[in-house]
Amino acid sequence: MEKILVCIKRVVDYNIKIRIKPDESGVITEGVKMSINPFDEIALEEALRIKESGNAKEVIIVSIGPDDCQQQLRTGLAMGADRAILIKHDHIIEPLKVAKLLHKIVEQENPGLILLGKQAIDDDCNQTGQMLAELCSYPQATFASELTVSENSLQVIREVDQGLETLEIDLPAIVTTDLRLNEPRYVKLPDIMKAKKKPMDVMDPNDFGISLEPSLKVISVTPPPPRESGIMLDGVDQLFIALKDKGLINE
Amino acid sequence: MSNAMKIIVMAEHEDGFITSATRKTVNCASQISSEVDLLILGNNTDLEKQAIQIDNISNVLVVQDQTFTQQLSAIMAPIVSDLSNGYDCLLFPSTTFGRDLAPRVSVLKDVCQITDIMEVLSPRVFKRPIYAGNAIETIEVPDGQMIIATVRPASFKEVGVSNQASLSSLELPNIDLPSHTRFLGISSEKTERPDLQVASIVISGGRGVGSAENFEILYQLADRLGASVGASRAAVDAGYVSNDMQVGQTGKIISPDLYFAFGISGAIQHIAGIKDSGTIVAINKDPDAPIFEIADIGIVADLFEFIPEFLAKLD
Repeated sequence: MEKILVCIKRVVDYNIKIRIKPDESGVITEGVKMSINPFDEIALEEALRIKESGNAKEVIIVSIGPDDCQQQLRTGLAMGADRAILIKHDHIIEPLKVAKLLHKIVEQENPGLILLGKQAIDDDCNQTGQMLAELCSYPQATFASELTVSENSLQVIREVDQGLETLEIDLPAIVTTDLRLNEPRYVKLPDIMKAKKKPMDVMDPNDFGISLEPSLKVISVTPPPPRESGIMLDGVDQLFIALKDKGLINE
Repeated sequence: MSNAMKIIVMAEHEDGFITSATRKTVNCASQISSEVDLLILGNNTDLEKQAIQIDNISNVLVVQDQTFTQQLSAIMAPIVSDLSNGYDCLLFPSTTFGRDLAPRVSVLKDVCQITDIMEVLSPRVFKRPIYAGNAIETIEVPDGQMIIATVRPASFKEVGVSNQASLSSLELPNIDLPSHTRFLGISSEKTERPDLQVASIVISGGRGVGSAENFEILYQLADRLGASVGASRAAVDAGYVSNDMQVGQTGKIISPDLYFAFGISGAIQHIAGIKDSGTIVAINKDPDAPIFEIADIGIVADLFEFIPEFLAKLD
């Protein structure tokens, strides 16, 4: 195939313990370390491996978000992507609208394969890839843990609740990636320097004629109810008594 | 004049059985409205018999066709979209099945989807977890807008099966179905133990278990207690057990009455999968393991000494 498109979201780094805004309007992202959504990083790594094996010529990365997303796109370019597209948007955007914007990029670029993380670790929606697939009328393979590329099709092993499912899908196709697909590479300093010279297109979402106004209303974002603090016990006998008291074991 | 919202629940089935996640989704649905129908796409008439017994269901809509021997989202989506015309709300269980299918239907309906309803506050206001359950978002769907959502099974009890709902057998709608997706097979670990999502006791092992062979002792304890066996991501990554046993943000989110964590350090991604458990018991050699911060009962011990003692005590 000529091109692979990888969609990347900028999220709070997975190692950061999040803090909720006092007015309950969301999670604090100012002054917090941000990264590529880990599942998207796996998607990009897979795209690069497919290119390196000679099965694709170009890897394009795309993100939607504020100017700061350029940092994550630069990281993606340093990993090895050939060029980047940023659709600049400063507000909350729902997955359906993300998918509609990405659909425009797909129409423009005609990639043979589109890779995305199975979900973003901030909103945990797990929607965008499937929505994009339906908008494009393409096949999908979500939760991918192994990918084999042939000329006109893909064989994908999916991690589903029942075990490992194997699908064959025709190209062009959409694959969303799970954790065990690969381990993304580390970025080396010379690659960071090289990435600065790679092309980055910045686009205005208003040019696409899609309404980005949210259609669901977020009333509040609050901390989860705390679990009552637990107790430490010493050994099997004490546990046995505790579980019997709670009626959790019968003996 | 306000009429009750009409809801249709998409049924998930596995090996000829309607899943418990489906019955949990029906429970969520009946907290939104009393008018709940169930949609089955299958190739097995026994599914209908099970479906009409599910409590709180008014009508079961069923399409039997060999197309549905495998449940492929790209093929089902246009049919689900078509058959859910006239409903105000369409719910899916938030399993890999529902999560794969719901977004495609949302596109055909041009409706923004809600993932993982964990609580119904009012017919149009829902809570859902974000950031691996470290924050809870409360969302409102504006009046007149169709609700399409997946329902988090761990947050709802399954409804019973003493109903006698009506049954409507439908023809496969006349829609051009895609041929771009082919099912090649599925491999799963067959076990006699209860399903992770259903079991009232779950015994999980982590990296501390050390090997696939060492998991045997967990299986022994599980069989003694009638429990299911799960694992942390670390144990699955290390190849001790298969992926369908993984409990956590990636993997299964469960809510047993009693959860045992053996040799599991307690990464937030794992905690996200067990938070709704009734009682969490953690056994770990490392007194500083983060799992102790959220466990109801913690014991600092070597699991290979602890479990044999526990088994002896049970006999």
